[in-house]
Amino acid sequence: MNLYLIYESFLQILKGLGASLEVIIISLILGLMLSVVIVMMRLANFFILNVTSKFFVFVIRGTPLLVQIYFIYYGLAQFTVIRESFVWLILKEPFWCGVLALTINTAAYTSEIIRSGLNSIVKGQIESATAFGMNKLQTFKRVLLPQAIRQSIPAYSNEIILMIKASSLVSIITIMEMTGIARKIISKTFSPIEVFIAAGIIYLALNYLVTIIFKKVEKKYTISY
Amino acid sequence: MELLALGDNGWGDEMLRACAMTLAVSLCAIIFGLILAIPFVLMKLSNNKILKFIANFFTTVVRGIPELLIIYLFFFGSSAAIMFVASIFGHDGYIEINAFFIGAFCVGIICAAYSTEVLRGAVKAIPKGQIEASHAFGIRGKRLLFGIMIPQTLRIALPGIGNIWQLVLKDTALISVTGLVEIMRQTHVASGSTREPFLFLVTAGILYLLLTTFSNKLFIVAEKNYSKGFV
Repeated sequence: MNLYLIYESFLQILKGLGASLEVIIISLILGLMLSVVIVMMRLANFFILNVTSKFFVFVIRGTPLLVQIYFIYYGLAQFTVIRESFVWLILKEPFWCGVLALTINTAAYTSEIIRSGLNSIVKGQIESATAFGMNKLQTFKRVLLPQAIRQSIPAYSNEIILMIKASSLVSIITIMEMTGIARKIISKTFSPIEVFIAAGIIYLALNYLVTIIFKKVEKKYTISY
Repeated sequence: MELLALGDNGWGDEMLRACAMTLAVSLCAIIFGLILAIPFVLMKLSNNKILKFIANFFTTVVRGIPELLIIYLFFFGSSAAIMFVASIFGHDGYIEINAFFIGAFCVGIICAAYSTEVLRGAVKAIPKGQIEASHAFGIRGKRLLFGIMIPQTLRIALPGIGNIWQLVLKDTALISVTGLVEIMRQTHVASGSTREPFLFLVTAGILYLLLTTFSNKLFIVAEKNYSKGFV
């Protein structure tokens, strides 16, 4: 075990922290927004929307993230129609392909978290909201969503940790974030153990931070009934 | 569509073989993972602080570090370790370890960390009164373990094990970086040589969906079967 190598690779991998965080944070924010749309589609009184949202969640949760990343990065680039259209501005960048894949992935999982949060709300509340003259959208925005979000906090913190881990996969499509740099150091020095320790410390610290923050948030927002 | 034909002209049979490989690696991984989880569960439930710490350290580290890094560690680490041992015995040169073995081992380790948590929860869900009652009946030791604790633990843990199985199936896609010809690797090879990545990625997606959906159905049937008489 080479302590100096651990230190050295720690510093190098730390340079990828920015890229990792960028991928994680952008896709978490976009994914959260998309997931609300998916939940609304699922709950809408419109058959095609229901089926689309169900199918989307089914496909994303049933396939590995790696397939989704490859699909966006290699699969879509195959068609000249896409290469000539404006979406190519996004799809030609590996960074945005990675973000797009992670966004779609987390949106599917988060929508299930929010949905189970919604299901935990007593039906009487919807009825009383209707009695107060709120329409469906108002009920969703003012009564259901705030409570569902509170219910979902613990599960969502798990999802964030899963996303931190999943962000390592974008290194496969040439994005030099932490795992990508770690891989490069391993192939240069042939000392996987030291590099693993260095990278592992950063990932564990990141996850620990998320756990602590969310414990505080949970404490603040859970009321005991 | 001709590209997916079975036989020499298409990639259909190669893809199916790769699918079988994914299934085989997943099965080996989950069996290895569940067996490896047992000592960790016992360590977590024991009153010994050091044992508890070791088990907690294992589950926290494995569940907190990206799967890809764990695979890199064992894939590059194991051949380095074996080459080191071989060099002591006077053998020089590159030795590659079977990708199947390394893959099943890595995913098995990840699976063990998650299974430890699921099994521990299941053991804790068994009411303490049952243990006291069996002591009162004179049932102790092995009979208590195999007759009362393990059957109930498995029943309670079944939904959790189902979730882990889905995780394992999807994690095996990452083993493709080690060169094992499972679904992802075969897809990569096929789309490289035919320049039709879209078609093969959709095929890969469908194969994974079939595996996850079908096994999910099996788990639901098993759950129903084993929770007969319980509400």
